[in-house]
Formats: sequence, structure tokens, C-alpha cells
Amino acid sequence: MELIFSLAVGIMAAAGIYLILRPRTFQVIIGLSLLAYAVNLFIFAMGRLRHGAPPVIDPRLGSDPALYTDPLPQALVLTAIVIGFATTALFLVVLLASRGLNGTDHVDGREPEDE
Amino acid sequence: MALLLIVLLPFIGSLCAAFLPTNARNAEAWLAGIVALTVTLLTAAQYPQLVADGVLRLTIPWSATLSIDFQLRMDGFAWLFAMLISLIGTLVVIYARYYMSPADPVPRFFSFFLAFMGTMMGVVLSGNLLQMAMFWELTSLASFMLIAYWHHRSDARTGARMALTVTGAGGLAMLGGVLLIGHIVGSYDLDAVLAAAETIKAHAWYPAIVGLIAIGALSKSAQFPFHFWLPHAMAAPTPVSAYLHSATMVKAGVFLLARLWPVLAGSDLWFWLIGGAGLCTLLIGGYLALFQSDLKGVLAYSTISHLGLITLLLGMNSELALVAAVFHMVNHATFKASLFMAAGIVDHETGTRDINRLSGLYRAMPITATLAMVAAAAMAGVPLLNGFLSKEMFFAETVFLDRPEWQRLLLPVAATLAGMLSVAYSLRFVHRVFFGPPASDLPHQPHEPTRWMLLPSALLVAACLLVGIFPAQTVGPYLRTATDALLGPHAPIYSLALWHGLNLPLVMSLIALFGGIMLYLPCIGRRGGTIPLLEKIDGKNAFNWLLTASTNLSSRALGFFTSPRLQMQMLMLFLVVLGGALLPFVDGPLRLGERLPAEIDPAFALLWTVGATCAVAAAWQAKLHRLAALILAGGAGLATSLTFVWFSAPDLALTQLAVEVVTAVLILLGLRWLPRRDKRYSEGKRESTRSHLRRLRDLIIAIAGGGGIAALTYAILTRPPVDGIAPFFVEQSLPQGGGLNVVNVILVDFRGFDTFGEITVLAIVALTVFALLRRFRPAPESVALPAQQLEQALEENGAEARTDPEASLPAGYLMLPAVLVRLLLPMAMLISLFFLLRGHNAPGGGFVGGLVFATAIILQYIVGGTQWVESRLRIHPLYWIAIGLLCAAVAGIMAVFAPFPAGEPFLASQAWHGSLPLIGEIHLSTVLLFDIGVYLLVVGATVLMLVAIAHQSLRSQPRKTTPDGGH
Repeated sequence: MELIFSLAVGIMAAAGIYLILRPRTFQVIIGLSLLAYAVNLFIFAMGRLRHGAPPVIDPRLGSDPALYTDPLPQALVLTAIVIGFATTALFLVVLLASRGLNGTDHVDGREPEDE
Repeated sequence: MALLLIVLLPFIGSLCAAFLPTNARNAEAWLAGIVALTVTLLTAAQYPQLVADGVLRLTIPWSATLSIDFQLRMDGFAWLFAMLISLIGTLVVIYARYYMSPADPVPRFFSFFLAFMGTMMGVVLSGNLLQMAMFWELTSLASFMLIAYWHHRSDARTGARMALTVTGAGGLAMLGGVLLIGHIVGSYDLDAVLAAAETIKAHAWYPAIVGLIAIGALSKSAQFPFHFWLPHAMAAPTPVSAYLHSATMVKAGVFLLARLWPVLAGSDLWFWLIGGAGLCTLLIGGYLALFQSDLKGVLAYSTISHLGLITLLLGMNSELALVAAVFHMVNHATFKASLFMAAGIVDHETGTRDINRLSGLYRAMPITATLAMVAAAAMAGVPLLNGFLSKEMFFAETVFLDRPEWQRLLLPVAATLAGMLSVAYSLRFVHRVFFGPPASDLPHQPHEPTRWMLLPSALLVAACLLVGIFPAQTVGPYLRTATDALLGPHAPIYSLALWHGLNLPLVMSLIALFGGIMLYLPCIGRRGGTIPLLEKIDGKNAFNWLLTASTNLSSRALGFFTSPRLQMQMLMLFLVVLGGALLPFVDGPLRLGERLPAEIDPAFALLWTVGATCAVAAAWQAKLHRLAALILAGGAGLATSLTFVWFSAPDLALTQLAVEVVTAVLILLGLRWLPRRDKRYSEGKRESTRSHLRRLRDLIIAIAGGGGIAALTYAILTRPPVDGIAPFFVEQSLPQGGGLNVVNVILVDFRGFDTFGEITVLAIVALTVFALLRRFRPAPESVALPAQQLEQALEENGAEARTDPEASLPAGYLMLPAVLVRLLLPMAMLISLFFLLRGHNAPGGGFVGGLVFATAIILQYIVGGTQWVESRLRIHPLYWIAIGLLCAAVAGIMAVFAPFPAGEPFLASQAWHGSLPLIGEIHLSTVLLFDIGVYLLVVGATVLMLVAIAHQSLRSQPRKTTPDGGH
């Protein structure tokens, strides 16, 4: 399981990095989303993977930390997801404005000469 | 307490002055005058206690861990300066009231003037060197504002910029010196530093400290080679010059040198550096002053020269010279302020400051002329005036210098020469302006100014006379207190008296007087303006060259090290991160832990086969097929979401899923404004090898990065978990947070302040999106309706049918979805509230609930069309955001004002548990209110962003009447 999880994180990160290095704004925004998935999973993995552990405290079992999943990375990731949404929205609007202003969707606001 | 008032009052006055109306000249002058006078009286009132206690201190604890406190410290020397600053400040305020023209915006003048006074008070009263450095830089800033007061004039702007650059840079050097001192002493406390004089002098860093402090002080006091900024600062209004260049700004440098004299002076280095700079400045300043054609220019260079004298005295390593320096600081402040005022009066009444045009003003303005003559005589060092006394002390010091033979001979000669120059330029100032035939071509007919404008100058001149005739009775005791404060037990014995008998200094004075007159004689007929010998040497040119050169160098360096292209920046970023991540493996390979991996579940493997394929395919398709790429990226997101489910993180899964939907809708709305991608390829344009290579390079970097992250993840996952702070949250969630869902309790209770910050960010982003889109200009080729919508319109007899705001249901193929979506809205609302309310004890919470509700609203827009929805449903996302933020804030504040337990910190949760009739047992807590705030804000922000983008489509259809770009 851990191997698949790691590979998944790696592949999504690679796809994200590749897209962020591309010249078109849409590619970068998709790349950012993919990289965000990878990073969120990475942070989540800091609490180790536990399948089938109760995520919410069961009063009958008591609150022994060993029984439950690690809540800290989860709280961090939850925040990251929401902020990620906000940055995506902001970036989208900026790229739309740049496109409207410069007439191109190149990340530098103008078409390169050599392509 | 009085100390604090002395420093704070000017700043408070400055704030008040800034808010008075533009034409309130009298109110401003009264305010500034009363503030300055109060500060003067307060300072004066400290004297008895000062004499009794030696030093007054006030410490306000600030940062205990850095051992930095706000410290005020007033000893005799600081008191003398504080008196000068406040007293001359009061006089300048009176003068400025009549000098400034009614057209000038006075609030700005008096506001900066008072602020400047406060910063100067801060410098002289600081008991902490770092704090002094801060006030020091503030004086530079405040003087910048004052010099550039007439900012429509380019010379004022240039002069102000130059003054700020030179003194600000000097201040940085001084800060460096202060930090070194603090490091050696272990404290920035002035008392501690003064006590550690021997340690500092013996330290290896002593030369560096002297050098840095010297740069700071010399640049502030306009000493060679930094003297060039002061004449350019003359573009300031004359009251500013009278204040800055007599008692305050330029005196700060010599103040610092005198303040640290017991700590730093006594070495050869000090003698050559400080004394050398002083001597050069004394002579060069005096020489240049002789050839200026601008009245204020003469005064500027004479100021430079006199400050050179003070600096030279400070550099002579003798206690008596220090006494003479302090005495001359006071004397110079009085006669120079008075002279500047006289120059301002001449300028004000005649309309020019050109020495070549002015002549014979004595007849028209006898009082001004008399005052200026007495003050100029004091500057020249004529007996019976204060300048004579300190100059005499200076001469005496040069004669009795404890140095090798040749220096002992050279210095008195140089001093006499400087005295001659001083006499010559003072004589020239008086003779050219007030004597000779009456000038005929003056812009205004000269006459005496109002009495109130003469009063400050007259008071200062009276002081010159009094001190000059009865030194021991007037300034004597105060000077003694000041020098005792500086030197402590080492203070020398001296007597202030007019007549010391016929001795060498007196002979030097006489030579200087007659030599000065001789020196002036050949200049009588000479028109000012050109400077023999030193014409070519101009500090301004060197400064400008240095400025241009450093600007060029930095822009070249910037061009070399950075790229304006985003791709290059990103490439560098990833390469640096990759390199940084590889650094720890220099010592050895990545070690895996012993934790046994779980058995592979085929379903999970299948999930990620699909997920990874989606991610790679999205990367592949993002250039040409945007919609496909978006869907594929959504697939990867879905896989992520399911992974959260798999590994027992239902909150994350829910949030990820909701965000996924909203993001997809958002990007879909944006897609139509992007350029068509297929055009270039239909033209058959081939890609160059270069772009192929570039893509290969990026692919390698991406694979390296992804591989690295994968390896890192695997390494961590095989290691046993660390006991961090997580167990605390699990254990305390129920007893302290009162909730079973630990993630939610962390978000809204334990780390509530973080969440508060986060939702604020969300609100700001939403507002930014909204604001950016209000000015949005779509590209021209995107304005037309998309092809699909046109086809649709043709099939359905016109585009109106689908989005007709009057119809209760859209016609055509969207009728069925429309019915369903409308039924969905109340249900979605219910579900979102359900998630919100149960969030504390089960998966859910404000974020998820808000996103669910926002999704339901946006579905209405998608199916019904913007116009249809907005003609029936008025949603005010801005209100939702505001109320949400308020709710969260109120929930936090309630903790602070709650009666029991009292005095809890912001956002500490308050709960009430009890039972109500009919309803039964109930648990209410501020945490719920906080989560409701989160919920409202998330709904508002999400809807605001989505609707703002959706509204852009309406812009392309101007025939419809809709509110513009939102609400």
C-alpha cells in the first residue's frame, strides 16, 4: 500500500511540475492543482497510513491516541485544500485579466520570438 | 513621566496638526507653538532634579527576551540639547507663521516640523543605542519631508533625496557600529556602554566601530567628504533651514560624537579620522562660503565650516577641547538660527537671495540689518559675542595640543586661517547685503517685516550678546552640568570669561580679524558665483556618478541573476529545491524504516492506476485539449479524495470532493475567455527542435522531482510514527474542546486563531477576484457567443428562450434538469446545515457545509442561467462574507468579555450545557458560532467568486439589461 501511495504522490507531483514549467497559463493552473494534490497527500502521509481506524473519538473506547488516526496532518491538509481553492481562483482571474490585457495566454504576457 | 511627555508631545502635536484644515495658519501655528513651548518648559523644569540626581531615567519594558527596553535617559548634556531643540523650535514656529505664504499648505509643514522635533528629542534622550539609531533614521526621514516641502520644485526634490540618501546611508553605517558595540558590551544600554569604555577601546573591532560611527556622524553633520548634501538642502523653506542647520539635524552628528566621546576618543585613529575630517571641512567650508552668491548658500557653507570646527575639537582627544566643542554647539545654534532667519526675512521682503542683486538694505530695514550684523559678528568671532568665546577656546586648544612638533605648529596656523575665512565671509554677507548703494532691480520694494517675524531673531541675538558678555553668569552652570555629564570625574577645570589676559589665542584672534578684513578687500568688487581653484571639485557630481554607477551595476546584476520570464524562474525554483532536497544525502543514501508495509489491496492499486493515468494524461493534454485536461485532473482529484476515505480521513475526503466540484466549475467558467488553441496547428506550423529539447529538459526535471517526492514519501511511510503533539489533541479533544471530531476541534477550537486568519484570507481573495473582474476587459475574439451556444440558439428559435427571465422553467432540453435542480436547493441547504451542526462530533463542519451550499447555488446558475436566477433569487455574497467574519470575531471576543471564567484569551471556547423546556437537553458553545461564521464566509466567498466570473458572459451581450459585473 505504502509503495502505491508513494508512487501516486510522485506521479502527480511529476505531472504538476512538468505543467508548471510549460508556457501557457492554463497548463500552469492545471499543474498547480496536480501539485497541490500531491503535496496534500504528502502532508497527510506524515501521520502514517491507517486503514479502518476510527477518525472520530468513540466515547466507549476512550481517547487513547494509539486507537485513532493522527488528526494533526488532517487539520493541516483541510486548511491547505481550502486555501488551495482560493489561490486557484485568484490565479484564474489573474490569467484571464492578463489574457484580456495582453491578448495572449503566455505566462510572460507576450508571445516569445523563437517559437 | 515628564521625559516621556517631552518625546511624545511633539508626535501627538504632529498628528493633530496633520488633520487641521489646509488654510488654518493661525490654528496650526498656535498648536505647534504651544507644543514646542510646553516641551521647552517641561525640559526646563527637569533641571533642578537633574542637578540633584545627575541622570533621569525612564524605562518602559518592551522585549525582555531581546533585552531591549524603551529607555529614556536625560543627563546634563542631553538636557542642554533638549533645551536647544525645543527653544529654537519654539522661536522657529513663531517665525514660520509669518514666513510661510498663505498659499502653502501649512498642516503638512507643521506636522512634519513637530514630528522632526520629536525625532530629535528621541535621539538626544535615548538611553539605548539601538533606539537612538532608530530615532536617528527617523530624523533623516522627517528632514526629507521638510526639505522636499515645496515638492513641485525639482531642486527641492533633488536636495531632499540627496540628504536622505547620504544621511540615511550614514545612519545604516552607524547602526552597524552600534551593533558592534552592543556585541562587545553585551548591552545597548547607554550607561552600560559608557561604563565599558576600556573594554571597547581594547577590543580588536575598535577601528571598525570608530570607522562606522564616524561615517554615520560625519554624514549627518555634513562633514568632508559628505558635506555636499547640505547646500542642496537649502531648497527647503527658510524656517526649516533655520531649524535643521542650526540646532538640530546637523548637530545630531556632533551630538553622537560627543556622546560616545568618553568611549571612543583617545586614540590616534580617532584623532586622524575625526580631527582630519573636521579640519578639512573647516577650511573647505570656509573657503567655499566666501564665493557663494546665494545668501543661504553662504550660510550653508559657513554651517559646514563651523561644524568642521566642532568636529575638529572633538577629534583633538582633549577634555578641554570637548568642553569648547559643546560650548560652540550652543553658540553656533544661536547665531546661525538668527542668521538664517535674517536671510529669510531678506528673501521674504525683497524676493531674492542673490548677493549680486542685493545691496544697501540697511536704509530700508535697519532692525533686520542690525540683528544680522550682530549675529554675523558672532559668527566671525568678534569680542563681546558668544562666538568669540568658543573660538578663543578653540585657538587655545590648537596651541596646547599634545601632539608631535609639526602638528603643533600646523594646527594653530590652520585655525587662524579658518578664523580669517570666517571673518571674511561674515563681512561679505553683511557688507554686500546691507551696505553699498540701494539696489534698484529688486522684485519687491524692501521694508521691515512685521515685529513678530523679527522677535525670534532678536531674542537669539540678545542671547548671543548676553552669553558673550556674561558667559559665567548665563551659560556657565548649564555648560558645566553638560560637560560633567559627559566626562564625569575627568571633567577639566576651566573658566568662562571674556578676558583671559594677553595671550597667544588672543593674538590669533586679532590676526584672524584683521586678516579676514584684508582677505575680503580683494573680493569687494568680485561678483559671486564662480569659485577659484575648487571650481571643478563638486561632491554632487561624485555623488551622482556613484548613484548612476551603482544603479547600473545593480540592474546588470539583476539581469544576470534573474530572469523576467516565469518559466525560467520556475525552472530555477525547482532546480534549487531539488538541489536542496539532495543535500542531506551527501552523507549517505536514503534510509528506509523498519515499519512493515501494509498488504497491497488490488482495489487501491486499481484506483491509483486510474488516478495516475489521469494525472499524466492531464499533463499531456493540457496544451491542446483544455476541457479534457480539466476532466482528467478532476479524475486525479477524485482518486485523491477516495484515498482520504481509504485511510480514515472522512473530513478531508468531503472537503476535497466539494472543492473539486467548485474548482471545476470555476475553471469551466474561465475556459471561454482563453484563446483558441487549435489555430496555430491548423496552419501547419511545425515545432522547432529547440522547444522539443526544452520539453525534454522539463520532463527530466519533473521526473526527478516526482521521483524524489515518491522516495521521500516511501521512506517516511516505512518509519514508525513520531510522538509529536498529536496525542495531546486526541486526549484533550473531549475534555477541553467538548467535541469528538478531533480535526474539527483543532480547526475551530485549539487552533481557532489560525482558522480565523485563514477565513480572512479567503475573504480577501474573494474580494480581490471580485475587484479584478470589475475592470475585466475580455480579448476581442472571445467576446462573441461561443459556437455551441449559437448552434443551440438556432435550434431553439433564438437564444432568448433558454435564459428568458420571465419563464418559470427553461424550455428545451434543460427543462428536466431545471426542475431537479430547483428541488435540490432546499435539500442541499438542509444537508449543508446538517454537516455544519454535526461537525463537532462527526465528519463535517463549516467548510464542508459552506461548500455544499455554494455548490447548490451555483448549480442554479448553471442550469437556470445568470439572469433567470438573479431575477428571482437575490444573494448578497458580500453580506455573507461580512456576517461570517463578524460571527467568527464575535465568537472570539465573547471569550474575552465572558463573565465566567473571566479574562480568557481571544477565541477561548465558552460552552453552556443545560436543558430547555420542550426541546430537552442542549449544548451551546461559542465554537458553534465560530463554525457558523466559517460556514457563512465560505458560502459568501465561493459564490462571490463564481458569480463574478459567470457575470463576465453577460458583458458580451450588451442588449440585455443587467447589473454590471456583480452586485
